[in-house]
Amino acid sequence: MIYEGKRKIWSEYQKEIPDDHYFYVRSCIRQSFFPASEATFLRITREALGKDIFETEHHTTCGGIAYHSDTIPQETVMTIIARQFALMAKYGYENYVCSCITSFGLYCETLETWREFPELEAKIRDNLWKSCKLEFAKPKFLIHASDLIYKYRNNIAAQAVRKLVNVHTGEPLKVVEHIGCHYSKMFPSKGVGGAEYPYVLVGMIEAWGGEIVDYPERRHCCGFGFRQYFIKGNRGYSLSNTHKKFESMEPFKPDLIITNCPGCPYFLDRWQYVIAESTGKTYGQDGHGIPALTYEEVAGLVMGYDPWDLGLQTHQVGVEPLLDKMGVEYDPAKKYLGKGGKDLGTPVACSCLR
Amino acid sequence: MGKYYDMLMRDYRLKEGLNACINCGTCTAICPAAEFYRYDPRRIVDIVQSKDDNEIEKLLKSDTIWYCGECMSCVTRCPRKNAAGLIIMSLRNLSIELGYFIESEKGRQQYLLTKDLCSNILDYGYCVYPRRFDYEGHPESGRVWEWEEKHLDDVFERLGGNLDGSGRGAMRRIPKEDLDQLKAIFDITGATERMETVRKAGERKAAELGMTVREFTEKVYSESSPKHLNH
Repeated sequence: MIYEGKRKIWSEYQKEIPDDHYFYVRSCIRQSFFPASEATFLRITREALGKDIFETEHHTTCGGIAYHSDTIPQETVMTIIARQFALMAKYGYENYVCSCITSFGLYCETLETWREFPELEAKIRDNLWKSCKLEFAKPKFLIHASDLIYKYRNNIAAQAVRKLVNVHTGEPLKVVEHIGCHYSKMFPSKGVGGAEYPYVLVGMIEAWGGEIVDYPERRHCCGFGFRQYFIKGNRGYSLSNTHKKFESMEPFKPDLIITNCPGCPYFLDRWQYVIAESTGKTYGQDGHGIPALTYEEVAGLVMGYDPWDLGLQTHQVGVEPLLDKMGVEYDPAKKYLGKGGKDLGTPVACSCLR
Repeated sequence: MGKYYDMLMRDYRLKEGLNACINCGTCTAICPAAEFYRYDPRRIVDIVQSKDDNEIEKLLKSDTIWYCGECMSCVTRCPRKNAAGLIIMSLRNLSIELGYFIESEKGRQQYLLTKDLCSNILDYGYCVYPRRFDYEGHPESGRVWEWEEKHLDDVFERLGGNLDGSGRGAMRRIPKEDLDQLKAIFDITGATERMETVRKAGERKAAELGMTVREFTEKVYSESSPKHLNH
């Protein structure tokens, strides 16, 4: 990568990220598939960084997946969002941090649409009162959870027990960063670093000692496509887009992919499994895949958290080669155990992907 | 001339998304859907701004408007700040309102999407709920999800989740008063009415095709004609 030009672009796309006191809302997909990542976000921000991150059981989905699958009207999703914002104000917060990228993009779109069309904001305010008897409010600061980890990336580095470095060679790990499309493609000014060269994950990789992989399809969508995944007959769309990305990154031999979107780590992980099992092609070394992790999982590894506490056993692509490169100590026998060592058996082995 | 355009213009997404397209084709070049499907967002935007009722009606009844994945990659690159993705969303919205969506194979998928996603929201407060995400219907979710599905409560407990539990945490049971508020939002903002419109249109189509609702659902979930593909 030519850093001089990128740094100029990054300097033009900076956003204000408050130090502390956030109202936290979860992601439907991450709660379902990566619950440990959200737990790790709270562990790092609350315990390691000492921040006030408030959560209430009363918040719900933002409706974003249903909206982007065109199943609910715009007015519906905006009123659900207004309800989330109203809960934030009710509990005394003005900084809003969300775990989901689809939500983040939709919140940005909603606030911008309200700004442009005040009559729509007035209608949503009215809808909110009629349906929930809640007072309308808007956040003073809206950020994605990865923005907060980015802000404190150097504090995390200072507490880290290891780096993104191959302990056997001393070389930095080669890391692909994959940003969720709705983080900044619609509103580049709302994301750290903009849309063409987002800096939010690059900053983490740099701070934690890794080397960024620049490859042609770096900004290409993972292929979720909402309706293009939920309907079985459409899934070729999703698979083809992930395949395109892996074919593009393969020559650079990445050790790891880091993502900030709920769906992307799932698709970049599971479609590798499908490609391997259906064609025999694998993208890592010696029949392994390339681990696609969340930024919290990567932060947890450098902080020295147990990989099975981080949920790395729920990835289909085995993470052991990465753990070995990083010098992470782990007990293979504990990988699939439940709480208190409960025996849960093990997944059926794949026929091709190691 | 312009009847459908005027209807589309009532949608804020079209007001935001269409600003005199110059037909450069940058959106098509960057579009993940255009590479996979026989899909050209440049052409769609051009038809909409032509205000030609016949052509717009063909779009509303076609498979074409259902190919987009709403990644919004087009928005970043358009030199005129158009948003083909938002224009698609407004076309889909009108297609559903007018009942035209049921005429195409891809449009018909709204029957299943609406039923599943809206029930997840109204029943649980989430768009995705793990007990309704099965390995059998999602074999690509892998052997690891097959394992998780068998031990869902234990896996959530191990990973710090709170599946169906009270209080805070990942996948907690959302209190009834909050689900009631979501239902009230659906009722007053048109989502409940839309669910009914889509359900009835699907059931009519099933009858027209001589199928039971179950057979129709399976067909909608799995069917994909090769005619959609780009190669």
